[in-house]
Amino acid sequence: MAIPRFWREIQSRYNLIGTKCGNCGKVDFPPRAVCPECGRKSIGKMERLQLKGQGTVITYTVIHDAPVQFEMMKPYVMAIVEMDEGVRLTSQLLDVKPENVKIGMRVQATFRRLGQEGEAGVIHYGYKFRPAAG
Amino acid sequence: MREVAVIGVGQTEFGELWDRSFRDLGIEAGLRAIQDANVRSEEIDAVYIGNMSAGKFIDQEHVSALVADYAGLADMHLPTVRIEGGGACGAVALLQARLAIMSGLHDIVVVGGAEKMTDVGDVQAAEILSSTADQEWESVFGATFAGLYAMIARRHMHEYGTTREHMASVAVKNHKNGALNPEAQFQKEITMETVLHSPWVAEPLGVFDCAPLSDGAAALVLCSMEKARKFSDTPVRIAGSGQASDTLALHDRRDLTTMDATVVAGKRAFAEARCEPKDVQVAEVHDNFTITEILAVEDLRFVEKGKGGPATLDGWTALNGKVSVNPSGGLKARGQPVGATGVAQAVEIVRQLRGQAGKRQVVGARRGLTHTLGGTGATAVVHLFERGD
Repeated sequence: MAIPRFWREIQSRYNLIGTKCGNCGKVDFPPRAVCPECGRKSIGKMERLQLKGQGTVITYTVIHDAPVQFEMMKPYVMAIVEMDEGVRLTSQLLDVKPENVKIGMRVQATFRRLGQEGEAGVIHYGYKFRPAAG
Repeated sequence: MREVAVIGVGQTEFGELWDRSFRDLGIEAGLRAIQDANVRSEEIDAVYIGNMSAGKFIDQEHVSALVADYAGLADMHLPTVRIEGGGACGAVALLQARLAIMSGLHDIVVVGGAEKMTDVGDVQAAEILSSTADQEWESVFGATFAGLYAMIARRHMHEYGTTREHMASVAVKNHKNGALNPEAQFQKEITMETVLHSPWVAEPLGVFDCAPLSDGAAALVLCSMEKARKFSDTPVRIAGSGQASDTLALHDRRDLTTMDATVVAGKRAFAEARCEPKDVQVAEVHDNFTITEILAVEDLRFVEKGKGGPATLDGWTALNGKVSVNPSGGLKARGQPVGATGVAQAVEIVRQLRGQAGKRQVVGARRGLTHTLGGTGATAVVHLFERGD
């Protein structure tokens, strides 16, 4: 797929940039132009916000049947993480054995390679998660 | 608004049909429905086609004109419409066709649904299926379609104590029904052990928790109720329809274990039809994964929230149980040519209400329901059908 497609999302995928509604305070990730709660009252009031990167596992799976570009990693853990700011996202979970993953475990974001465009294509990066230190 | 009836149904067998092309399948189902309805081609006003991804599966877009052309209708210059709505596209096509008749614009409309999935390999087909999830914020990180449903299953197990046996009982039941359906992809019963010991796809879902990749097509002929009796002694009335949407990404949902789009679509359909879940004897619900049927029977209020697993294991949803769910075998055993799904579900319900379902006939079926999903529940459609007599 085209390189600009990954380039466009770099801010959020590298730095966890989302938005905070200036009207109700709700945090969204990735950034939204309109707050789903406040609608038109939020227009022009959506502020950039960098997530701190700490969160909790809400649910998870171990992927055994993987797309071609993830074939080398399988089996790997995917999780839905609720960030401390309240917003949820989907990401890979690293540095933990699949059998040790638990709902409710604390995790933190880390910067990793997400994939590559074919054999010699552009590498794209973004967040993955690992168990929180301590 | 005018009432609308189904006066003709047709379907191909579902499966890995290497000897037949997309157009062969679409035409076969369409012509069967037109024959069943006993309408002449000059009487058809429009064609609506549900198709998810012919562009990716067979490199062919513009399938609406293609199907009408190969059905021999090109000379009539009919309006033809192709509808995309993920896995729900066939059910959305049915809803739009119904609206066209209700409005008074058309009298007779053919609704088709078709998908040709086995011209690409398994891995590629799975990736195309996952394109109905959020590509930028789910798939790019490695979340497969099965993986997203597996995360729903894991959370449902956590919150309600649902077990792998509960989920497996959906597959066992639907294969048992599929064994009675001569058009089903899998006409073979399976045991609980087979499901539980099948290789993992995405934990806690194994191979037998997943519906297959399939080729196939289904079609309906719709007609205004006032003209329906001219064509059919057994018109089946569409009593209510509801469609609803939700966040594209699973992680943005209010509750990971409830499909709010199903809840809302169901309420809308039941309100229009002025009936309750207890008034339904037969339902075809979306079971692309075993957990999906458990959510569906809960969110459509056939059973209490959280009780979908035990209810299935206890036989509530078995053939001629409290409510017969997926007598055709469902997506799991009948097969899952995505675009055909919503239309094939309606074909089954019409046959059940006409009393033409053979060995899998639900006794005393007077009212039936179809439930179809797109993505991980970002689109849901519910239709309610009643015998016209």
